[in-house]
Amino acid sequence: MSNNPSPTQTLHVDEHTVEEMRHHIRRYLIVGVALAIGTALTVWASLINFGSREINIVVALVIATAKGGLVAGFFMHLISEKKMIYAVLATTAFFFTGLLFLTLWSMAHASIIQIR
Amino acid sequence: MEIPYAVKPRPDTGLYNAKVGIWLFLASEVMLFGALFCSYILLRVNAPEGMWPHHWLNIWLGMTNTIVLILSSVTVVLGWASLKMGQFKRYKFYQGITILCALVFLGIKSFEYHDKFIHYKVALKDGRIADGHLQAAETTLPVFWHLQPVIVEGHLPKDAKLTDKVVLEGWWPKDETALMDPPLDHPTESIEIPASQIKSMENYGPWHNTYLAIYFTLTGLHALHVIAGAIVIFAIWGPLAKVWEQDPERYVNRVEVSGLFWHFVDLVWIFLFPVLYLL
Repeated sequence: MSNNPSPTQTLHVDEHTVEEMRHHIRRYLIVGVALAIGTALTVWASLINFGSREINIVVALVIATAKGGLVAGFFMHLISEKKMIYAVLATTAFFFTGLLFLTLWSMAHASIIQIR
Repeated sequence: MEIPYAVKPRPDTGLYNAKVGIWLFLASEVMLFGALFCSYILLRVNAPEGMWPHHWLNIWLGMTNTIVLILSSVTVVLGWASLKMGQFKRYKFYQGITILCALVFLGIKSFEYHDKFIHYKVALKDGRIADGHLQAAETTLPVFWHLQPVIVEGHLPKDAKLTDKVVLEGWWPKDETALMDPPLDHPTESIEIPASQIKSMENYGPWHNTYLAIYFTLTGLHALHVIAGAIVIFAIWGPLAKVWEQDPERYVNRVEVSGLFWHFVDLVWIFLFPVLYLL
């Protein structure tokens, strides 16, 4: 902590900030526990035969997406971020979705070649 | 001239420069890892039936590493929140744990990599396959331009030429398909194979098959991110800690930005773990 900071170099810490941060800390701990439970759930689900390997893959990816959502939403503060960050991420999501569709399209194309 | 909005947020966007910068960088990282994930999907889906490996990685080590990264993400946000409340010592404590977690993660990953490099598949001339960890191999190695007889343990150097026998701690899979999906608790035995009976011998490095190629590529790239993130967090935590004395708001911003990168590294691992270890 600063011993003798000048007025322009002091971190503004008031009661409201402290209260808000305490609220954040409680939330971080809950999310941390939820992520640990999610990890155990992922391993447990992988040991269960849901009938087909495809269903197992979907279950694992759904749990991973939920865990990823918790990290992005709470740890990276995306649930209350500025509009510009959302714009950057929306652009990324657009191109990432395009990339996934390109992958699916190439797989479908490969299947057609195999049938012929 | 001072660069504007390096510390204080710009009024119209509500963001300081570094925060915009890190999010743009993370956007590019999403595309980098996204492209590799798509490569994984293509390789996985197009693999011939029964030729995609299962149980080649230790689930419990992977799970431990996942928990370690989650813990480190929690300590990063707790450290940031402590700084926002002006509690520098608490921040130092929490980020110290983050750095330790990074080292534990890398230690476990190194152990897993080593395990793959000393794991060999030996194809015999009579068609049988032996699979296991190399205990000893009698070879010759070039030492000062002369071939010298050496007993190698663990990992065969590239220039090694087998002379007598190879000893593995392993098992005899009945065919390639059995090798792809070994039982979780198959018994192992000490296997001694004369060098004259060996047709080929290869360890489980990235060159072994497409699964290990994509495994080493994805986890290697991720490990590089862990190393980079840990170095930045350590630099802010240690050598650059004096910035807290001089300009605390700038210091909090640095912790926040490095934390965002660290959470992204955690996020990527959350997807890598089930995809590589469990499916």
